[in-house]
Amino acid sequence: MDTFLKQLVNGLSLGSIYALIALGYTMVYGIVKLINFAHGDVMMVGAYTGYFVLRAMGATPLGLAVAFIAAMVVCSLLSLLIERCAYRPLRNAPRLNSLITAIAVELILQNTMRVLPFVGPDPRQFPTMATKVFTLNTASFPNGIISISNIQLVVIISSAVLMVVLNYVINYTKTGKAMRAVSYDMGAASLMGISVNRTIAFTFVIGSILAGAGGVLYATAYPQIDPVMGYIPGLKAFVAAVLGGIGSVPGAMLGGVILGIAETMTKAYLSSQYADAISYCILIVILLVKPAGLLGKKTNIKV
Amino acid sequence: MEKEDDLVLRAKDISIVFGGLKAVTDFSLDLHEGELVGLIGPNGAGKTTIFNMLSGIYKPTDGVVTFCGRDDKIRVINKKSPAELNKLGIARTFQNIRLFGSLTVGDNVKIALHQSRNVSSFDVLFRTFKFRKDENLMTEKTEHLLEIFHILDKKNELARNLPYGEQRKLEIVRALASNPKLLLLDEPAAGMNEQETVELMELIRFIRKEFNLTILLIEHDMHLVMGICERLMVLDYGRVIASGLPNEIQSNPAVIKAYLGSDYEKMVSDSTEGSSGAKEGGAE
Amino acid sequence: MKNKILRNMLIPGVVGVLCVVVPAVLIQLRVINGYTAQILTLAGVNAIMAISVNVICGITGQLSLGQAGFQALGAYGVILLTANCHIPLGVSIVLAGLIAAFFGFLIGFPTLKLEGDYLAIVTLAFGEIIRVVLVNLKGITGGPNGKQFSTVFTTSLTYGAMISYVAIIGSLVLIIVLLQNFLRSTYGRAILAVREDEIAANSNGVGVFKYKMVGFVIASFIAGIAGALYAPFIGFIKPDLASFNNSINALIYVVLGGMGSVTGSVIAAFVLTELQEVLRFLKDYRLLIYPVILILVMLFRPQGLLGTKELSFVKCWDGIPGLWKKITGKLKKNNTEAK
Repeated sequence: MDTFLKQLVNGLSLGSIYALIALGYTMVYGIVKLINFAHGDVMMVGAYTGYFVLRAMGATPLGLAVAFIAAMVVCSLLSLLIERCAYRPLRNAPRLNSLITAIAVELILQNTMRVLPFVGPDPRQFPTMATKVFTLNTASFPNGIISISNIQLVVIISSAVLMVVLNYVINYTKTGKAMRAVSYDMGAASLMGISVNRTIAFTFVIGSILAGAGGVLYATAYPQIDPVMGYIPGLKAFVAAVLGGIGSVPGAMLGGVILGIAETMTKAYLSSQYADAISYCILIVILLVKPAGLLGKKTNIKV
Repeated sequence: MEKEDDLVLRAKDISIVFGGLKAVTDFSLDLHEGELVGLIGPNGAGKTTIFNMLSGIYKPTDGVVTFCGRDDKIRVINKKSPAELNKLGIARTFQNIRLFGSLTVGDNVKIALHQSRNVSSFDVLFRTFKFRKDENLMTEKTEHLLEIFHILDKKNELARNLPYGEQRKLEIVRALASNPKLLLLDEPAAGMNEQETVELMELIRFIRKEFNLTILLIEHDMHLVMGICERLMVLDYGRVIASGLPNEIQSNPAVIKAYLGSDYEKMVSDSTEGSSGAKEGGAE
Repeated sequence: MKNKILRNMLIPGVVGVLCVVVPAVLIQLRVINGYTAQILTLAGVNAIMAISVNVICGITGQLSLGQAGFQALGAYGVILLTANCHIPLGVSIVLAGLIAAFFGFLIGFPTLKLEGDYLAIVTLAFGEIIRVVLVNLKGITGGPNGKQFSTVFTTSLTYGAMISYVAIIGSLVLIIVLLQNFLRSTYGRAILAVREDEIAANSNGVGVFKYKMVGFVIASFIAGIAGALYAPFIGFIKPDLASFNNSINALIYVVLGGMGSVTGSVIAAFVLTELQEVLRFLKDYRLLIYPVILILVMLFRPQGLLGTKELSFVKCWDGIPGLWKKITGKLKKNNTEAK
């Protein structure tokens, strides 16, 4: 039983990271109907930013906080650049073209990091704080112990805080309202005086702030980083977004957590080698059975 | 099932619901062989939705549709796909033109001939004599049809480069190519001027006779509707509010109330000179 | 009329035969050196992959990001059939292609029910699943370190390079011919109709799912053949062959050449393969070239080189007299001016 609980905590921790990245996917898809393939690699850039900050400042709580902020800033700027140069010119082009461009951006990010002299293709070790494991004796499980490491605590709590902030921004601020308006109907929103370009840029920025934080957290939990580290978590976060219902913010959060737990449980009880393949199978099954996802809505096409 | 006189299509109380909204309620229609029936009504009344149900794009949530195919067998067609219905003998055109834009005019028509093909993959891969014969036959049929509609000279043009009126004609040609028994025309005269509309009316009469068609059409142009339809059904908010001969419909208060269209004024002033009076707005 | 048909078949036919025979002879005579021969042959494999992606993305209109998975299946398939089942190489290449086509059929069922973006992601997911499975079936596939293949084209040192070239470029020409035959027929038109407008195609008797599946299976067969030719050419394959990067490389050839243009993707494949070699001195910066080209094409010429048109050898042939007149006319003019 304690293994189960331990795996549950692991899954929650991993799932929170997936949720953070999935939010970026889902918000961008909701507003411009684009699968931002480059999102996973924005997270990678965040991880590297955190790496350089922590190398300079040491793996202390202060260092980690600065690393977060630095990663968020760098990722936002990067995202703004990408949106302005690669995605905005193609906003009215067929969807296929934007998709291909997103793939190209992903490859450029990966390969630029490979050739940058101070980065390079080899994996690096992410500086982490000393691991402390907290155990809790719970009354309901006299034999069971929930154990959680300080790193996992950081991951779960930071993710939760960020998601609460995001929820506030989307539902209670003017900009959030603008984002929702543009995602429903771009034309009508612009007629209402909303600056569509700015709103879309803002959406990308929020998504990358979360991705940057996610990158630092991911590197904290899995301390080996390299330029292609963003590809697989990015893909899985996309699965999470689809699972929860693409375009739905609470869906991305739910999908992330579910996927994280599913993956951890698979690795623990089924097979660790095929765990990735099983995540992809979840994607395929969801798209066939309930393509709108758990919390998404079905739309009809007019003939 | 036995063939009931010359009934081609029977829709019995069909309805469809879209996420809580009932778009069409209890629509019933009997189409007999060779009839030319018009379906009219204000925008959003559900006319195209009915077409979509009859042509397999939507499946009715209630009611039954039976169709007597080219093979003289009567079937319930509620659940059949558009391709299956096309093979049985139903063809249609669309409200917003759906041509194969980057293909040529000739190819657009040939695609509708695909289901009557007489070749296998082997013939195609190795360009056998059978293949050439089949292709030539398709080309012949295509040219014959294009000729009737006076667009043969545009055979090698890309469909999307055609002027609007000719695009509409091409859609009808394509529908004819699949050798249908029942032809559904969705606003065939949309965007046409008076001269083109008169020409279209002639063409519709001609193809009905020439190809033994039963035709159901949706139209807003009252000249065309009154000119060629033998009877009309009027739809409003998804329900039939009147049906009968064109003259009767003209003076039906429910129809007038549901807005026959700006042509109404012109029609009333036209018909005051003619025989059938439409002045008294009395009860039916 | 009959002469015209014959002529239209003869011109590309002759070009095709020349493309296979002439360089092969030159390779054998060592006029073309071994290195160049290898590049040309590799470009041939890439061209076959490009055709595969073109069939599914350009012609059938379904964006597939996992075609490399089928290539890997074909590659491993040919090794297993030849080494373990002792089937002669020529036969096992075709069989491996059929194996890939079979998997295409299976994978097509869930995938083709989806649209646009979702379809793309699912094909990517399947490509990844294939890669993970290939990595983990160590007994059969040799795991992540790959598998050697001893039955290579180049076993014979004297004829090796020529055999590789003839086998691969010959297959390329054959695939182009058969594919064009298939596309310029009622079946080809049906697939194009599905691409153009599914609802109109369906309403005119073309079964949409059926023809999407036809396109998908043909594309997986061709990808499988590409893999089945790659294995005996290189002699060593790894599960990485199924990776997303590999699928994207093939996609880049198609985007550059023109989605829907078979000759366009073949030309692009040859040009880009050569470019990769020429730019070897740039080392890792080379890896940036492909995606940058991709973005530039998307921004400035999204239809690629040829759009949906095909390079017509017949038109080129017909254009020669006109071109000749132009050149001689210019020469005459220069002469008279000089005087």
